[in-house]
Amino acid sequence: MAEFKEISPNASTGEKLLNWVDNRFPASKLYKEHLSEYYAPKNFNFWYFFGSLALLVLVIQIVTGIFLVMHYKPDATLAFASVEYIMRDVPWGWLIRYMHSTGASAFFIVVYLHMYRGLIYGSYRKPRELVWIFGCAIFLCLMAEAFMGYLLPWGQMSYWGAQVIVNLFAAVPFVGPDLALLIRGDYVVSDATLNRFFSFHVIAVPLVLLGLVVAHIIALHEVGSNNPDGVEIKGPNAPKDAHGHPLDGIPFHPYYSVHDIMGVSGFLLVFSAIIFFAPEFGGYFLEYNNFIPADPLKTPLHIAPVWYFTPFYSMLRAITSEMMYALIACVLAGAFFGATRANLANIFKGAIVGAAVVVSLLMLSIDAKFWGVVVMGGAVVILFFLPWLDHCEVKSIRYRPDWHKYMYGVFVVNFVVLAYLGVQPPSPIGERVSQVGTLFYFGFFLLMPWWSRIGQTKPVPDRVTFTPH
Amino acid sequence: MKKIILSLALALGLVAGAQASGGDTIAWDKAPNKTNDLAALQNGAKIFVNHCLNCHSAAFMRYNRLTDIGLTTQQIKDNLLFTTEKVGDTMKANIDPKQAKEWFGANPPDLTVIARSRAGHGGTGADYLYTYMRSFYRDETKATGWNNLVFPNVGMPHVLWQLQGVRRPVYDTHEEHGHQVQVFKGWEQVTPGTMSALEYDQAMGDLVGYLQWMGEPAQNTRVRIGVWVLLFLTCFMVIAWRLNASFWKDVK
Repeated sequence: MAEFKEISPNASTGEKLLNWVDNRFPASKLYKEHLSEYYAPKNFNFWYFFGSLALLVLVIQIVTGIFLVMHYKPDATLAFASVEYIMRDVPWGWLIRYMHSTGASAFFIVVYLHMYRGLIYGSYRKPRELVWIFGCAIFLCLMAEAFMGYLLPWGQMSYWGAQVIVNLFAAVPFVGPDLALLIRGDYVVSDATLNRFFSFHVIAVPLVLLGLVVAHIIALHEVGSNNPDGVEIKGPNAPKDAHGHPLDGIPFHPYYSVHDIMGVSGFLLVFSAIIFFAPEFGGYFLEYNNFIPADPLKTPLHIAPVWYFTPFYSMLRAITSEMMYALIACVLAGAFFGATRANLANIFKGAIVGAAVVVSLLMLSIDAKFWGVVVMGGAVVILFFLPWLDHCEVKSIRYRPDWHKYMYGVFVVNFVVLAYLGVQPPSPIGERVSQVGTLFYFGFFLLMPWWSRIGQTKPVPDRVTFTPH
Repeated sequence: MKKIILSLALALGLVAGAQASGGDTIAWDKAPNKTNDLAALQNGAKIFVNHCLNCHSAAFMRYNRLTDIGLTTQQIKDNLLFTTEKVGDTMKANIDPKQAKEWFGANPPDLTVIARSRAGHGGTGADYLYTYMRSFYRDETKATGWNNLVFPNVGMPHVLWQLQGVRRPVYDTHEEHGHQVQVFKGWEQVTPGTMSALEYDQAMGDLVGYLQWMGEPAQNTRVRIGVWVLLFLTCFMVIAWRLNASFWKDVK
């Protein structure tokens, strides 16, 4: 326990009150550790806005969500009408609803950019592995949150999107059909599904999400923020002032609080422009078909998930039985390569090859649909392993070999192309492109231990690069 | 690679073929934007209540919301309500759903948000509805005696035929790759209606404008407020920028 601090009787009431609290709760301590004396590198650039913006969007979603739940009815016969009731009869209901629906898309835009920042500046590397892993878990929760939330308006796309995705779980061998039944609570998506998705959307997932966000920030403040140069400002050799504060760091408050307010103003400008002038965003944020009430007897011609899921949806659709042969070839080639090149005892080499053969046989015998689900899930799960896949000598893209920049460029283009194809109805050419895209996506990560080592890195400076404003 | 080229060629061929075959559906006309024109919206509301509401509901729309387009409660009561309805009620059709299903093969859909749901690659939902209401033609092979060019085999008869009269689509036939292809050319008036073609188009413009407004009655408020919000945020951004600059001038 900390020492009980006495305060001069002449102190102001405010100081006395704070002292009273501080003797019982680490208010000042937390404030200092996380705000006024949390030293962040002074060379943050544009990319560093998206962390605080993600927090802002989370708050927007929670607050608007609370108000929506006051009027929404999680009942298959009432849900659609209750959303229209919010849009028409609830004062300012339309604004709250549009904030929430636009907020969902904004959340993914902000989080994708936030993750990309981590990717290019090596923010996932030692000692920030847990910051990254908590972040990936947040992303996973966000996907669950968005997927279940999308069922709630109970429109055609809500209904059939959920139907398609839940049916995927039925492809899991042995337990699949029971698993899908457990998720739906019925043999088709129905009132039971709506009720449990509602419960998950408003209670279960947000609780986990909030816990993870706290863990993400605690882990970050423990190890300190990375920066565009990938230079450690708090390392043992980093320059420090007389008080031991890093010379390249500045207190988060006030410097980054005012900086982030500037970011917030820019974000809100774009966010509001969408809410007030294009809330449907051309059918991407609110799909047109979702203005038709859910009809279990009428399957829409083209079922597309909302845009933020489409890169992963593309990868799912790319896994056809034809594609399985390509994947099997990759598994066998990988195993053979690993067995011949790795410095292992023969028994382990044999085990690798044996495992690859078993996996290949499973890939042949189990339906491609299941492997599509595995690939889709794997595309997210693989992100968790990034800290151990990257073997480049330097963290930041700034000091990596030039061709790495093109690699990351192609990665982004590939991701966008996959997203685009996921919106489109299936086509032979789209299928081929998405298959190549899927192989590239996984190749990018799985071959990273190999390619990230190749090429001449540039010298990393001792101090961060910073030009005063 | 060969396969890719082949599938690309095939895909293009299919698209081109679908466009050339025509006949089934036609391109959507651009609907006039009347969501700010109160007189047009009021006329549209009148057409809607008199002609559409018999079979179609607008179950999320309350009559008294029509005050937003300049009608008084008394005007709504006098002109748009049946005797038993209250001004705070939602717009419910009088038709019995069971009978409707028997007559038309399907329940007439609710029209509250129809203009929002029908948007697509061909244009906005308003464009679709504007084209749809002007694309009915006589077709004796159908149970109702009517068919529609943008919605082939539609269950709905041409309710406004007395206004528009009877029309017939005219096709141009020409040869393409050795096949006879029919291309929609335009309409031919068979019997005149009580309205001229221009008057009918204007009436449909009003009706569609009303449907579009009804899809989101707050839309004009939304845009009006949006302008102020963006103006405020622009000022806020300038202040935030200067505030940031004044703090950061210390950072060397």
